[in-house]
Amino acid sequence: MGFVVTPKPIRLEHLTLRRGGRVLVRDLTGTFAPGSLTAVTGPNGAGKSTLLLTLSGALPGRIDRDPKTIALLPQEGRLDRSFPISCRDVVALGCTARVGLFRRIGPEQYAVADRALAAVGLGGLGARPIGALSAGQFQRVLFARTIVRDAPIILLDEPFSAVDAATEADLMAIIRGWHQQGRTVIAVLHDLDLIRAEFPNTLLLGAESCAWGATDDVLTGRAIRQARLRAAVPPPVHAIAVEEAA
Amino acid sequence: MRRALAGCLALSVAAPPLGVFLVLRRMSLMSDVLQHGVLPGIAVGAAVGGLSVWAMGAGGVLAGLAVALLAGWFARRTGMGEDSQLAGLYLVALAAGVALVSAQRGIDLTHLLFGSVLAVDNTALLAMAGAATLTLPVLAVIWRPMVLESLDPGFPSGPGGLWHGCFLALVVLCVVSGFEALGTLMSVGLMMLPAIAARHWSGSLAGQVSLAVALAIAASFLGLLISFNVEIPAGPAIVLTAGGFWVVSLLAGPREGLLRARARRS
Repeated sequence: MGFVVTPKPIRLEHLTLRRGGRVLVRDLTGTFAPGSLTAVTGPNGAGKSTLLLTLSGALPGRIDRDPKTIALLPQEGRLDRSFPISCRDVVALGCTARVGLFRRIGPEQYAVADRALAAVGLGGLGARPIGALSAGQFQRVLFARTIVRDAPIILLDEPFSAVDAATEADLMAIIRGWHQQGRTVIAVLHDLDLIRAEFPNTLLLGAESCAWGATDDVLTGRAIRQARLRAAVPPPVHAIAVEEAA
Repeated sequence: MRRALAGCLALSVAAPPLGVFLVLRRMSLMSDVLQHGVLPGIAVGAAVGGLSVWAMGAGGVLAGLAVALLAGWFARRTGMGEDSQLAGLYLVALAAGVALVSAQRGIDLTHLLFGSVLAVDNTALLAMAGAATLTLPVLAVIWRPMVLESLDPGFPSGPGGLWHGCFLALVVLCVVSGFEALGTLMSVGLMMLPAIAARHWSGSLAGQVSLAVALAIAASFLGLLISFNVEIPAGPAIVLTAGGFWVVSLLAGPREGLLRARARRS
């Protein structure tokens, strides 16, 4: 996409995450270094989505970052796919983050949207309503929208949960491209093999303990087993400080 | 009669776009709650300020906004389904409204609930036209944030709840402005039925809105004609006409129409 504003680091200091009155993560401290590629994983209910929503500003939380530089690709269930709108319009609406809510979205922005759709492999499908897409195609549309937003920091909430292997491979290539452009990318994932293969850093959120650092250090058999145990009240987190393992 | 038609035409342009959004945001029940919720406000307005459209209208708007806010607040606080809170509110509001109105002499309950063509004087027409004139530009401004919010609640679209609040205020305004002609029991009919019918014909937002407006205009014309000739109140006449369009759409419409579905299965 050309010139990218260098992302700032995201510092978490003693962050506590709550959802529905329950404490999910207590006292999380660490830094997402600029340009880092981090996977966030852990059992269901551990607070992964909550962390991303808090980082993006959708949920309240005191974190040292500028929410305007952050683009969030939400879980696929959070969007209303029955809304009568075409793929092209969904992607073009991604421009509002830069153009503003009330400025005209004109031919320039639509050209950008078309290029993004081509980049995700949906070149001819711009006019199709999103309700007529398969899960994989819809996920590509969301990626195209994220491309258009051109944000220095990109958060992905379970981007591959409902897609086939071919789509996953194509979209993973786009994530690699973002990483090469120097953007900070944080993705919630469940596939540990994918994480080991593609993501240098991992934040493992577990019920008993969390671990944060280079993927090989974090995703040990013992850590994974520990993360699966459920506790009634999560104890304080001992996070390993992270430096970018590029 | 002409005034009633002019007023209904004004509403037919302003209300259906709101109705389309209500349906898309799965808020059709909320529209019902709002239309019943304004009744106690109208009654109180009449008690305080006499039978003037302004007094009753102001009371109605305040009551409508209060109901909208309460419903949302209940839903967030109790964590119970919003629909059960809404049902409770609307039943209480409607009963309270009917009781209050009945307790006053000088107000014809039937006119208030069902509308009366003859009740539309110049002030009422001004109210309807004024509401339409206010609704359309505001809707144009909040259109894009509304689309963004309806499609993806997490996408940054400015101060949370602002657009939703504006939108609800517009709905209340349109519902209240129509009460002289259509009655409080029915004024939402012109907002919702054309919008619901339009879904069976068009798959684009613009298409649904345009068609809904066209259907509402047609329903206003035909309904008032029927009301005048058969001597039934304007509200039910217009809503029945709009309802007729809806039934036709439901049966024969190309999108999610019943007859198409049966033909496909056989």
